[in-house]
Amino acid sequence: MNDAPLLPLAAAPPVAAPHTYAARSVSTVMAWVMAALTPATVYGFWLYGWPALYLWLITIGCAVGGEAFCLRLMGRRPGPILRDGSAVLTGWLLAVSLPPWAPWWIGAFGGAFAAIFGKQVFGGLGQNPFNPAMVARVALLISFPVAMTSWVAPLPLGSAAAPGVLQSLAITFKGIPTDFDGVASASLLGYSKTEMTRGIDLLHSLAHAGAPGVAWGGFRPGSLGETAALLVAAGGALLLWLRIISWHTPAAMLAGIALPAAIGHALNPGQYLDATTHLLAGGALLGAFFIATDYVTSPNTPAGQLIFGFGVGLLTWVIRTWGGYPEGVAFAVMLMNVMTPVIDRYVKPRAFGRDRRGRPIAARRVN
Amino acid sequence: MGLMERLFKTPAWGVHPDDRKQPAAAVPLRVLPMPERLYIPLLQHVGAPARPVVLVGQPVLKGQLIAEPGGNISAPIHAPTSGTVIAIGDLTAPHPSGLTLPAITIAADGADRWAELHGCDDPFALAPEEITRRTAAAGVVGLGGATFPSAVKFSLGKRLDVGTLIVNGGECEPYLSSDDRVMRDFADAVVDGVRIVMHAIGARQALVGIEDNKPEAIAAMRRATEAYAEVKVCPVPARYPMGSDKQLIQTLTGREVPADARAAEVGVLVHNVSTCAAVHRAIRKGIPLIERIVTVNGGAVKNPGNLWAPIGTLIDDLLNFCGVVEAPARLILGGPMMGTPLPHGRTPIVKGASGILAFNAAEAAVPEAGPCIRCGSCAKACPMGLLPMEMAAHIRADSFKGAERFGLADCIACGCCAYICPAHIPLVQYFSHAKGELSAQERASLRNDATKRLVEARAARIERETQEKAAAAARRKAERDRAKAAAAALSTTVTAEEISS
Amino acid sequence: MIAAILSLTLLGTLLGFGLGFADRIFKVESNPLIDEVAALMPGSNCGQCGFPGCSGAAVALVEGRAAAAVCPPGGKALASALAAKLSLELDLSKVADRGPQIASVAEDICIGCCRCIKVCPTDAILGAAKQIHNVIREACTGCGNCVERCPTEAMTLQPIPLTVQHWVWPKPALA
Repeated sequence: MNDAPLLPLAAAPPVAAPHTYAARSVSTVMAWVMAALTPATVYGFWLYGWPALYLWLITIGCAVGGEAFCLRLMGRRPGPILRDGSAVLTGWLLAVSLPPWAPWWIGAFGGAFAAIFGKQVFGGLGQNPFNPAMVARVALLISFPVAMTSWVAPLPLGSAAAPGVLQSLAITFKGIPTDFDGVASASLLGYSKTEMTRGIDLLHSLAHAGAPGVAWGGFRPGSLGETAALLVAAGGALLLWLRIISWHTPAAMLAGIALPAAIGHALNPGQYLDATTHLLAGGALLGAFFIATDYVTSPNTPAGQLIFGFGVGLLTWVIRTWGGYPEGVAFAVMLMNVMTPVIDRYVKPRAFGRDRRGRPIAARRVN
Repeated sequence: MGLMERLFKTPAWGVHPDDRKQPAAAVPLRVLPMPERLYIPLLQHVGAPARPVVLVGQPVLKGQLIAEPGGNISAPIHAPTSGTVIAIGDLTAPHPSGLTLPAITIAADGADRWAELHGCDDPFALAPEEITRRTAAAGVVGLGGATFPSAVKFSLGKRLDVGTLIVNGGECEPYLSSDDRVMRDFADAVVDGVRIVMHAIGARQALVGIEDNKPEAIAAMRRATEAYAEVKVCPVPARYPMGSDKQLIQTLTGREVPADARAAEVGVLVHNVSTCAAVHRAIRKGIPLIERIVTVNGGAVKNPGNLWAPIGTLIDDLLNFCGVVEAPARLILGGPMMGTPLPHGRTPIVKGASGILAFNAAEAAVPEAGPCIRCGSCAKACPMGLLPMEMAAHIRADSFKGAERFGLADCIACGCCAYICPAHIPLVQYFSHAKGELSAQERASLRNDATKRLVEARAARIERETQEKAAAAARRKAERDRAKAAAAALSTTVTAEEISS
Repeated sequence: MIAAILSLTLLGTLLGFGLGFADRIFKVESNPLIDEVAALMPGSNCGQCGFPGCSGAAVALVEGRAAAAVCPPGGKALASALAAKLSLELDLSKVADRGPQIASVAEDICIGCCRCIKVCPTDAILGAAKQIHNVIREACTGCGNCVERCPTEAMTLQPIPLTVQHWVWPKPALA
């Protein structure tokens, strides 16, 4: 038997254990997150019509293009790296947080900015300190405040007032024509803030007949994919069920918004919006499930995620309530992104056989 | 498993790889025909290599001592069959490096004649120390893969007054079923071995932890332990790495072994089921550890299953016996999570070889590594509560001390992190690399200290020699002066006498 | 105004005196760093670094004239210790860890002249006049002094063969 050597195995360097791998890879994780975003996004397309779809395509296209451009500059082949799907996801997350009828250059600038200045300048996937989509959104908001806060009332596809395919192209590429001026609308957060600055408190302004509201179904003015609370939450539930995200960050963030909101509203309903409105308005749910849970820019430990999430929630409420902008999720996420390394430095899991400070625990004997 | 159980019974740590134990586990045990030649490495255990006590050309009998322990922590090695020693020299070790180890080669004579064996009908009448001595003499080492000499653990357990023996039948590695087979086919031998080990260490109870994916083994062990109240069979959830000592102890007793401490310090000792069976054979029948059950499995194997094979059988011989459907793309000694990749099949199985895996090309495909996305999956999976991504980042920057601050020393190299990593970063290789470099640095700095002492000794020697030389020179000078003075005095006297006379 | 000027002047004067006083009291005769670095070095003064002995190398290191990887027998361990001590840049992959080496005697050429014994910094060579010399493996640092001194080229440096026990997994290639 000995004289029958079976094989000359390759002289390649040895492959270290483990020799088997879990099926989930970076690209499948990204694909699942996109799948979870799909219902809310498709609903957004229906709600706001063709311009929303065009903006979505432009944003993703420019995010991917920006990433490919940077990779070319660095002399790396873009193909395999783009296939991980992170650039598409970044563009997607930015697109769903943009006003649906925003002009094409908002999407183009934002997408490229997210990929280049949000991610690639730091060294690409895994190295960026800030959530790239939120970097781009904040850059757009500061640079083009008017375009970024021009909301439209829902004009569902199929309804008589909805713009057609070609007319929508004109909306995206030439601007909103005058015959659609009537659809320009305010979001609830923006409206209440404006009214407050005019000295009208919430009790009166929201009781007004034309005041915008919030709705579980999402039939309201708002960003492309943030309005349908139920669909966003369903996507989040999918990610939780797949264990792609853990419950810590979303739960803590929603609690961080809801708790101060509830307290404030109980104390002075004229000054502070109630908790439900806060949760359903703006990008609270989208941020909780899809933005704050970004792996790269959030802490790694459950305890750290609780701190991080609560911080994002609290800052969101603070900015919404007292800040200069009606919506604060993007700023709050970026502020807490800064804190992530600090949180990770101080909040570490307890190692087996050690106490929290890393000293060996005392031995307890089996009787 | 129901939802409640999934939520509350399954430990938070670890991973759940596809176990792939079937159909190999269900195939009845086969006995490998004695190969023509056996290649027995002299280092098959943790500790010092054994020293050969036979000469080339010497005939040996099955079970005869061929190498004696090379130190306090070492183990003897015995001839797995009768025949002639035809070589003592270097042989490719079952090790990823492809480096060699000294080994004894025996040409089997086919007669398989036993040496004289000294069994014992009533081991419980023997003193515990005698059982420990006989176990050591039989060359029994931990068969779960760690290959620590069992007798050393016995005396440790005795010294630290261990009350509980934990018998590890976890076998959490996918593909492997050798422990499963031992429990199914030799449950009585295992239980007898457990009771002998309990006697040797003075334990009052034994807990046999078996993963709940081995119902036949659990049933067989329950039957075998019916008569002995002190031996309890405890099914544990199938979760990798349940077979790791610390995790199994925690699951069975609720006790957490402190970092940098041994299990004995919480009053337990862990032995593998196959080790217990080997102790049974060594004490009852006097048979040293020369054969074991090896799982031969993997996509490239035609008839996977478990083989009863002598230590020193070439892996190619095992594969030839089981047949291959294609040339294996990778050979692994042990399981897929912690096993050692082998350079080729012309290397022998050793005492700790629980399985040989021959992977086909699909199983051996290595996904390309990407950048870390800080998803934290590795930290969630780590049974030791470490942060693998942080350790790897430090090692990547050659900061081994930084990795140590993140608990590199606590890492048990179970492979959960690298298994689960969506970016397929070879985390375990980073850790193995760092551990190796750190121990090399440790050796180098010890050597540096030794050099310093030698240099000082030399300086002292040169100083002493110079002083001695100076002293000798001074002495000689003094002697010369004395002689001169004496001569002068003599001549003076003579002159004076002359004058006086 | 006056009060501010006075108080700041007073403060400056006091602190100035304090500093001057401290300089006298805690005067440092020599650079303690040199001694600390010298303590890290092997001390065999083998001269492979090109500086006059280990203390010479220590001075050079502190003055920035030598790199952290100055000491070949010290290997990576010493290089990283020195880099940490002196906050030097260090690329470990460039450290000439050419693997441990050891002197060995070609017994058919050795004439037993004893010259190597005199230059060995660790007394690692055993022998007497007209007897074949031998190297004590555990004591040899592989400095090579004996190789230069040997009149018959019987002394050579041989790499210590890598064993299974000392093999280290290579660092994974960067993605």
